[in-house]
Amino acid sequence: MLPEKTVTVEKTLAELDPGETGRVLGIEGSGVLAQRLIDMGLYPGVLAVMLRRAPFGDPIEVEAEGAYITLRKDEARFVKVKKSA
Amino acid sequence: MSKKTIALAGQPNSGKSTVFNSLTGARQYVANYPGVTVEKMTGWYKRKGETVEVVDLPGAYSLTSYSPEERVTRRVLLHDPLSAVINVLDAANLRRSLYLTIQLLEMEVPLILALNMMDVAESQGVGLDVQGLSKELGAPVVPTVMTRGRGREELLDAVADMSKISNLSKNSARSSAAHLNLYPKAASALKELEELLAAEEDLRTDFPVSWLAIKLMEGDSEVLESVRERTGSDRLVVRAHELRAAFEAEHDLRPELYISSQRSQRAAEIARRFEKRRGSDKVPFSERVDRVLCHRFFGPLFLAVIVYGFYYLSFVQGYNLTHYVWPILAGFRSFMEGILPQPGLIELPVFREFVLWIVDNANALLNYVPIFFILFALIAILEDSGYMPRIAFILDRILRRFGLHGQSTLSMILGGVVLGGCAVPAVMATKGIPDEKSRLATILTLPMLNCQAKLPLYFLLISIYFNETVRLPFFGDVSQQSIVIVFIQTISLLFVLPIAKILSMTVLKNMETAPFIMEMPPYHVPTFRGVLGRAIERVWLYIRKITTVVVAIAVVLFVLLHFPGLTPERKTHYEAEKDQAVQAFLASVQGKSLAEELKTEEDVLSLILFQQGYRNLLRSGAKPETREAYGEKNPAFFEIIQNRKSEEARSIERELKKLISFRSTTLTAIRKERIDNSVLGQLGRALEPISKYAGFNWRVNVAVLSTLAAKENSVSTLGALYVKEETGAEADSDNGDTLEARMRDQEEDFTPLHAMALMLFMVLCPPCLPTVMAIKVQTGSTKWMLFSFFFPLLLGLLTAILVFSGGSALGLDGFQAMWRFYLIALSLTIIMAFFKPKSQNKAELWLALRKGGDRTHGDAF
Ligand SMILES: Nc1nc2c(ncn2[C@@H]2O[C@H](COP(=O)(O)OP(=O)(O)O)[C@@H](O)[C@H]2O)c(=O)[nH]1
Ligand SMILES: [Mg+2]
Repeated sequence: MLPEKTVTVEKTLAELDPGETGRVLGIEGSGVLAQRLIDMGLYPGVLAVMLRRAPFGDPIEVEAEGAYITLRKDEARFVKVKKSA
Repeated sequence: MSKKTIALAGQPNSGKSTVFNSLTGARQYVANYPGVTVEKMTGWYKRKGETVEVVDLPGAYSLTSYSPEERVTRRVLLHDPLSAVINVLDAANLRRSLYLTIQLLEMEVPLILALNMMDVAESQGVGLDVQGLSKELGAPVVPTVMTRGRGREELLDAVADMSKISNLSKNSARSSAAHLNLYPKAASALKELEELLAAEEDLRTDFPVSWLAIKLMEGDSEVLESVRERTGSDRLVVRAHELRAAFEAEHDLRPELYISSQRSQRAAEIARRFEKRRGSDKVPFSERVDRVLCHRFFGPLFLAVIVYGFYYLSFVQGYNLTHYVWPILAGFRSFMEGILPQPGLIELPVFREFVLWIVDNANALLNYVPIFFILFALIAILEDSGYMPRIAFILDRILRRFGLHGQSTLSMILGGVVLGGCAVPAVMATKGIPDEKSRLATILTLPMLNCQAKLPLYFLLISIYFNETVRLPFFGDVSQQSIVIVFIQTISLLFVLPIAKILSMTVLKNMETAPFIMEMPPYHVPTFRGVLGRAIERVWLYIRKITTVVVAIAVVLFVLLHFPGLTPERKTHYEAEKDQAVQAFLASVQGKSLAEELKTEEDVLSLILFQQGYRNLLRSGAKPETREAYGEKNPAFFEIIQNRKSEEARSIERELKKLISFRSTTLTAIRKERIDNSVLGQLGRALEPISKYAGFNWRVNVAVLSTLAAKENSVSTLGALYVKEETGAEADSDNGDTLEARMRDQEEDFTPLHAMALMLFMVLCPPCLPTVMAIKVQTGSTKWMLFSFFFPLLLGLLTAILVFSGGSALGLDGFQAMWRFYLIALSLTIIMAFFKPKSQNKAELWLALRKGGDRTHGDAF
């Protein structure tokens, strides 16, 4: 549905570097986490921009369609993204 | 006149509270929803002869049953008879806001959309098709800028119109059809559930059937439970489980995640259709600010500057303000002194003592009101501006190492991490911490921060016992005082951090944790009204604490300190001494012309009181005219105490001074004896066998016992125990120097080591009763309340014993013991920072996530 013309790599959100962009493929597991992330705007299909890591390295802040969300790397690891090169 | 109720719903930071305040003005009250610590704000307004009650629902991103806020919101929407629900949307972020709107529409509530923050949207070049949006959603849409009251009237009109049209039935047919379109993969399952539900008489009338169907499909525990209860059978629940399992097997995706994702996409699609973004994608203002304020290097730097600014404005400038408040409070005390029964020569009327005791206790606390006001106003600015979540973002990594949470920061600032705060609002502010485990760790350690009320004792002890100068490498000569102040300021953090970690590894081990996911709200310029309102609200909370609990405890303490009082024999003994002294005075002034009016004991007493009145006048820096006017009240007395030239006047004054000095010594002796005998004095003595290892004598014990009411009491109780005023009743409790001198003189055995042990005990000291009560409210558990009291008590005692007994054994003085203790605490903190328990947090998270099988949920699009 949304073809990426450029080369793409599958990663987790925690692995993106600041400035990189990825499309959310899905959220691993099935607990509260996935529901919370979707409620906050990080739903499968959305384009997420990794904005920054906190000064001490964790948590991270991402932007998805105007929603600015911070989450710890522990949680970000569950979010699978397709990195847009 | 009819009464209507409307509710405000919206995501956090959409401006709900602003709408609420604009609609209701100052007519509002706050309570908690029954059983949960979620605040319920209710207000009302009158318009065209109609009274409308407004309920501000808690901010919610969604309407699942996962968080208490969302559950509360849902319950109100379902069960309260609402004539309208205003959904406040952030126009600058339509997609995000619509996610909740879609769920509200599914619930078929009479919805009005307030498209708020239109100004922000405009400034970002976002245009919105209001009519189009209204038609698409089938609900009235009112654009507003609520900070400036724009759109308020239109919104009120929409509420008034709402009750006229009852389009519920129309609504539900349409929304049912919409669902089937929105969730195509689940359409057949939803349809089946709807039919089953529609057959249930009870359910159909009380709830929108299509909404119930969706919730059953989502596996919402609360809805499943209530369906089971209402239908009295498992049939529907079982069928829902089957349908969910079938869905999951077919699509490899849990139905609730599918449904949420569909809503997100629908929200995005509607937003795309009705907003017109002019110009290129400009980076929003807040994001540009965050590039600096959350920057690797500048972020922490800016935070440090903010913390310093806090400290400077509230404690340096705020302290200056207390110079203006104190005269008012002292004036009130003088006024009370004037109207209360007057003291006798050595008789102090109990009623007088009692009222002045209460006034002194209250004054000591009220004196801090300006500091608190500034502090709370600054915190409100931090909250309203949106900087608070940035602090959480920056500090989470560090705090998490100790079992705390990024969002513990607000509480810690309120609690006095910067030196001076109050644990009561701090404990209340933990409400915002989503993770139960770190929330409890925060609550239980907050009272160990240096609240405002602990400071007077520190200052008292430091100024008496740490006066020397020490030579430090690099710094040269530094006074011990400033080093000890830095020590006290930072040591509380060195307690809080490792203790929080230890607690979360032990007693809190099995508490629920939650993932850290937080939205970064856009920055806003705080409004004057909002900041002022919040500051006043919190100061009011503090004042209420004084007027209720503190005063009540002061009464109890007074009783415990005064009874049983002197024995009759001792009373007679003092009476005899007094008579002797008075007779001696009368004899010595006999025959002197100025002393004509001095015949009886009463005359002598009025002379003494006259002299004291004049002295107070001088001390307050009265003008010559005022002094003269005072003198005219009794020219003969004025001659005696004022005329330095006449030999006769001088000799009478000499005799008078002797008598006054006798009076004050006797009053002190009486008071001491009374406290010695008192219930509290006995208790303090009874504790001495244990407390002596911590270096506390019975007086200190009494002072410590009195701090349980409010920490401020430590100094005022010590003040009462170390009395040596010349005037007896007119205690200079405001005058620190006097108490310092008194304490030094009367407590020769007390060394800096004693003082150090006492200060460390005070840091840990159990929370005062108001805090304990706040803890009860916030934890909802008596067990934690008791723990929060006895744990620090034990810990404080052990620490004081370690410092005092250990220090004595090693022959250390207070200062040496201090820095050795500091090194221990610092090492413990560092060890705790690196100590990783068997990755509790992560393990639990994994477990929670893996429960339903190991797979990726995606392909929803
Ligand atoms: N520019 C602008 N700011 C607003 C508007 N409405 C609210 N705000 C600000 O947005 C912030 C969040 O508002 P608040 O009412 O606390 O949101 P709540 O979390 O939904 O209760 C506050 O700083 C408000 O001053 C508006 O219409 N325009
Ligand atoms: Mg609010």
